[in-house]
Amino acid sequence: MRDFALHRPASVSAATAAFAGTDGEAAYLAGGHTLIPAMKSRLRMPDALVDLTGLGLSGISKEGDRLWIGATTLHADVATGASVIPGLACLAAGIGDAQVRNRGTIGGSIANNDPAADYPAAALALDAVIETDRGSFAADDFFQGMFTTALAESEIITRVGFAIPQQSSYAKFRHPASRYAMVGVYVARHAGGWRVAVTGAGTGVFRWTDVEAALNAGSDTAGLVLAADDLNSDIHASAEYRAHLCGVMLKQALATLA
Amino acid sequence: MQMTLTINGQDHSVEAPAATLLVEVLRDQLGLTGTHIGCDTSQCGACNVLIDGAAVKACTVLAAQAQGAQVTTIEGLGSTDALHPMQQAFREAHGLQCGFCTPGMVMAGMEMVRKHGTKLTPELVTHELEGNLCRCTGYINIVKAIVAGAAAMEAQNA
Ligand SMILES: Cc1cc2nc3c(=O)[nH]c(=O)nc-3n(C[C@H](O)[C@H](O)[C@H](O)COP(=O)(O)OP(=O)(O)OC[C@H]3O[C@@H](n4cnc5c(N)ncnc54)[C@H](O)[C@@H]3O)c2cc1C
Ligand code: FES
Ligand code: FES
Repeated sequence: MRDFALHRPASVSAATAAFAGTDGEAAYLAGGHTLIPAMKSRLRMPDALVDLTGLGLSGISKEGDRLWIGATTLHADVATGASVIPGLACLAAGIGDAQVRNRGTIGGSIANNDPAADYPAAALALDAVIETDRGSFAADDFFQGMFTTALAESEIITRVGFAIPQQSSYAKFRHPASRYAMVGVYVARHAGGWRVAVTGAGTGVFRWTDVEAALNAGSDTAGLVLAADDLNSDIHASAEYRAHLCGVMLKQALATLA
Repeated sequence: MQMTLTINGQDHSVEAPAATLLVEVLRDQLGLTGTHIGCDTSQCGACNVLIDGAAVKACTVLAAQAQGAQVTTIEGLGSTDALHPMQQAFREAHGLQCGFCTPGMVMAGMEMVRKHGTKLTPELVTHELEGNLCRCTGYINIVKAIVAGAAAMEAQNA
């Protein structure tokens, strides 16, 4: 890894100031479980890292009809602490492995927007609000395709508020080596209707609107298939295989609503 | 940069570049070579150590980020004369062949006890071991060792 300057600020304003004051490229560091591997392989070579783990942004609290999770909350803590949304707790418990879950954070996962990451599917299906140091975004506007989000250059996610659904569930077909989603489908039933989000299959997380409409109309979802043209094809799985998997994961998620 | 790390209960003052990984400080600067580097890509768990009791992959943690926390390595669990019950169980169940993965496996066992208590089933252990790779044993005896090690920790505390 190329060396860098490391800042460990204690407040959000000190963090943005350290970022802005960097001569060259700065990057925020949370759990480091995406950034450090990227820096080892020199995909990223920042001149300065600004550690976000000392900002007091960890914790889970229920406020009205939303569950708010601080940006630096560990996957392991969401797995045990988000039980009011069992689908979300279950999703967190299936990220990577035990050691990864003891370091990786929800803010890092959502900011990174890996097309095969798990949290973006929950954020979209649970109509999340992504709060930052300078405003907030609806999940529908936040995720903008592969590794791209609505965040401005030095913007910090502070917490994420998930709408507490009547029922929800996440089903994921894990890549057997990386454990990321080959396909993951998050299904949520809200008072205002169903929301269904798909990760792993396309260039970024997206809503499966045909399925949402069918569920809202109370009709069968069994015949609904995504067009393979828009899906990823790689050495692990063809687009047709991923299209099929989406249907299988949808069925599994609907069968395990809680 | 100058950093102070608390390893196995002892404070160490270390001078190292900010880009230094925790596993590099442990092995190269402090001579604690029980923590291994298997993959260096966060996959194998040979580098597992405990930070404030929780198992993490030391190849994917900056040394500087471990400041202010208690780091426990395999050297801090037991000694050659008095193995920790989890280490002793690996010995008795023949939970190793070449031994390269073993420190990380022992730490993974400690993590399971922290999370699930001392009564572990083989199914649970198998599932929880997904972040650790062993190229030798076929895992069967590792699973037996962790189940037995956890039970022995209960007996020790009783
Ligand atoms: C072996 C392994 C297996 C994994 N398996 C899975 C899996 O199955 N599913 C899955 O979803 N993920 C998986 N991951 C990724 C893991 O969940 C990461 O922890 C996560 O994607 C990034 O979180 P982090 O806290 O580690 O972020 P970091 O690596 O510290 O940061 C990632 C990016 O987000 C930015 N960032 C971090 N926090 C903020 C913030 N609050 N505001 C703005 N920007 C921020 C950083 O600048 C950086 O660009 C895996 C990782 C590993 C190493
Ligand atoms: S060396 Fe750290 S996980 Fe393999
Ligand atoms: S005993 Fe050789 S790698 Fe596990």
